[in-house]
Amino acid sequence: MTTASAPVLEIRDLSVSFPTETGTVSAVDGVSLDLAPGEIVGMVGESGCGKSVTAMSIAGLLPGSARVTGSVRLDGTQLVGARESALRRVRGREIAYIFQEPMTSLNPVLTVGRQIGEVLQVHERMSRRAARARAVELLTLVGIPSAAQRVDSYPHQLSGGMRQRVMIAMAVACGPKVLVADEPTTALDVTVQAGILQVLRDLRDQLGTSVLIITHDLGVIADIADRVVVMYAGRVVERAPVDDLFAHPRHRYTAGLLSASPQPGRHAGTDRLTEIPGLVPVLASQPDACTFADRCPAADQRCRTAAPPLEGIGGTDHVAACWHPCATAPTPPTAAQEANR
Amino acid sequence: MARYLFTRAWQSALTLLLSTIVVFVGVRALPGDPALALAGEDRSPEALAAIRQHYGLDQPLPVQFAQYVERMAQGDFGVSIRTGTPVSSMLTTALPVTVELSVLAILIAAALGVGAGVLAAVRRGRPAEWFANGLALIGLSVPHFWLGLLAILYLSVATGLFPASGFVPILEDPVDNLHHIILPAVILGTGLAAIIMRQTRSAMLDSLSSDYVRTAKAKGLRPRAVITRHALRNSLIVVVTVVGLQLGGLISGAVVTEQIFGLPGFGKMTIDAVFQRDYPVIQAVVLLTAAAYIVINLLVDLLYSVIDPRIRVTGEPA
Amino acid sequence: MTVLTVSMAETGTASVTRRARVLRRLRRNPLAVASFVVLALAGVIALLSPWLAPYSVDQTDFARTFAPPGTAGHLLGTDDLGRDVLSRIMLGARASLQVGLLAVATSLVIGVPLGLAAGYFRAWDAVISRFTDLLLAFPFLIMAVGLAAIRGASLGNAAVAIGIAQIPGVIRVVRSDTLRLKSLDFVAAAVVDGASDLWVLARHVLPNATSVILVQATVAIPAAILGEAVLSFLGLGIQPPAPSLGTMLATAQQFAARAPWAAVLPGVVIMGLALAFNVFGDALRDALDPKGDRR
Repeated sequence: MTTASAPVLEIRDLSVSFPTETGTVSAVDGVSLDLAPGEIVGMVGESGCGKSVTAMSIAGLLPGSARVTGSVRLDGTQLVGARESALRRVRGREIAYIFQEPMTSLNPVLTVGRQIGEVLQVHERMSRRAARARAVELLTLVGIPSAAQRVDSYPHQLSGGMRQRVMIAMAVACGPKVLVADEPTTALDVTVQAGILQVLRDLRDQLGTSVLIITHDLGVIADIADRVVVMYAGRVVERAPVDDLFAHPRHRYTAGLLSASPQPGRHAGTDRLTEIPGLVPVLASQPDACTFADRCPAADQRCRTAAPPLEGIGGTDHVAACWHPCATAPTPPTAAQEANR
Repeated sequence: MARYLFTRAWQSALTLLLSTIVVFVGVRALPGDPALALAGEDRSPEALAAIRQHYGLDQPLPVQFAQYVERMAQGDFGVSIRTGTPVSSMLTTALPVTVELSVLAILIAAALGVGAGVLAAVRRGRPAEWFANGLALIGLSVPHFWLGLLAILYLSVATGLFPASGFVPILEDPVDNLHHIILPAVILGTGLAAIIMRQTRSAMLDSLSSDYVRTAKAKGLRPRAVITRHALRNSLIVVVTVVGLQLGGLISGAVVTEQIFGLPGFGKMTIDAVFQRDYPVIQAVVLLTAAAYIVINLLVDLLYSVIDPRIRVTGEPA
Repeated sequence: MTVLTVSMAETGTASVTRRARVLRRLRRNPLAVASFVVLALAGVIALLSPWLAPYSVDQTDFARTFAPPGTAGHLLGTDDLGRDVLSRIMLGARASLQVGLLAVATSLVIGVPLGLAAGYFRAWDAVISRFTDLLLAFPFLIMAVGLAAIRGASLGNAAVAIGIAQIPGVIRVVRSDTLRLKSLDFVAAAVVDGASDLWVLARHVLPNATSVILVQATVAIPAAILGEAVLSFLGLGIQPPAPSLGTMLATAQQFAARAPWAAVLPGVVIMGLALAFNVFGDALRDALDPKGDRR
């Protein structure tokens, strides 16, 4: 850890599995990460890699059938296995969420003012009137114009970007320590995205809220994150400060992700983006092997028989779980990747 | 919202007009001489001539229709062949009974149905759900007149808990009135309760797995608040729709229930009229039922717009 | 199921596998199997009842009136005229099923084309919707009353009244599914290929709408059976001495205290038939749900 103060959120060895029709599914395996006060950590990976499950498990929001093991500590308090009543006190007050689809995530039959006020009434015992006044303040804080009128609007009367701002206002109403944002900009236009990310940044600056932002969009990560956690098939495969990750990716998967997204300069002169062949596996249980091996250009026998540990070279800032991490310079495409073009 | 209501209003008016025409044509479609049908006992040529003149049966159809509508607007529904009394006065005694029965049945059905539906949705997968589902299926499948018969057999005749038949007007004696009408109301409400329960359960299951409920839980709200303020509120829209749609069934049910329990309501009046070929009454009954259904559905739409702000403001449902 | 396979199912090219999947789900559901067995049994009995019934329906035996169930020769007892209750129930059930199926068939024959038209052609929609409103304004009993007044009471008229009353339900369901299907890509593809509207409706829309129609039918049949019972009970349907579960209950009303079995048993049979259809209908709806088991 580079930060001197104790992490506000400490996740250690978190594993989540679900029973399904076709057997158990292991969604998250041994995930560990820290969130320092005022830090913005981005969690990136393809759909199905377990990022949302990890996020939801922090405050115990998974369905009852989920089996969660490991440790999640918020300022030292253990949340895994805590009683539901204790978790309810944490939700909305210490840990808050914003979700991907602001239209469906807001109750269509209640005004936004009431929905924001609800959090205040429950956690801070505010009266209806005081909550409403505070809601107006919050709406202004997140940059919604004419907040005093808007507070009585219904969600469907607002644009997508404004709805997401309402969600943010609702989330920070009680000044939470951690804000978990699950794909907050994915459903929004690119032009609106920047505004939302700015709101998050401002909140971090003004309120000191730590943000865990989950996304599959590397552009968002590059924009807002301080540190990045890369997930694949339920495991953390790489963890690094943002600049370091983009400049010197170590895990093959991260390198693949970066190659697959268009970046000026990197792909100048070539006409195709390099894809990572194959699909993210859905695992019944986590094997003692590297789960990326089937899709990895550098995989060998060792990768298929032993799971690589998460470790870095020279300092613990940048760690990757790979037996054959990329060299410090970006590698040229292999023959296989050339053939795929 | 104004535009939505306006559209619904003129649609209803159109339907009402068409219904009137249908009824009008229906009566005139009777085999034989309509005058004979309307005559009753006195079939003398003078009486028939008087009838023809009164109802304008010699006039061209459009004229007859206009007269018919005009009379209707004045509340003149003709005279009952059977009793000789004006139909309108028969209605004023019969309608309150049916209205009370129906309203009570709807209230009971809504209370039971919504309660059971919420319970089944919240206690998903547990015995309570199966039990509630089973009850609802039975409620859907049971013939209500049979249930009424059994109720009378075992709850009235055998145990004397409830009166088997008859009616006491509410103004005379509220308690006795309730005593007489509660059993029929429960029986009548059974089918509706089953339907409401299933719709509520289904709507609640959808709501409970929705994103906004996820948000509500993430806000740390207590389960009761999540269920009532968030999930149920959104499910009520469905319930109101269902009640509106089932009104036809309710009216049919009321007819039978009154017959079994001997309640002097609209329904009993209808059945008697059919068997006695009391055409003025039949005509009035059919038309009024149609009118009531249309009006009530319009009110349901109004209610809809109150519950669902999306309709209120934009005029479009979700 | 991935998006790809769902689309394939909709175009009918994967319809065999879809049907197989639905059947498999039904077979695994114990309630579905049980209700299907009951219905099959009832169907067979009803079909063969004129030959299976131990006695003829109007065979009276004044020496043995009000015999309780279990009396020698009368498994379910006799009624006030000494007629065998079992035989009457069997033939009454047959009549109920006849009316039920006839009524639903009528509503489908009229309702499905109207529903398709309403969903597919905007211009027709307005007219058909008003027509549906009009039909809905007359509750089925009132309609039956009207029909009985004009044309007298009979099995046929009862079936017609019930059938007409069910048309709005069919139209609404078919229309809604047609609207949904119309917006799917394979319909657009067919239109672009030059298919006429009729062709698109018949070969693309209708086959995919069969599942909702099927579900509607399994819901409508028990309603029709119950409706027939009500009408007969009130004397507006099947007329005595023709056997009907409804008329049996009507006559049993008078001597219910003396012979409760005559008042209870026909009702049980009606309920049983309706329940079997409803349970099967529910199971069918679940099996057809593309979202898979929501248990």
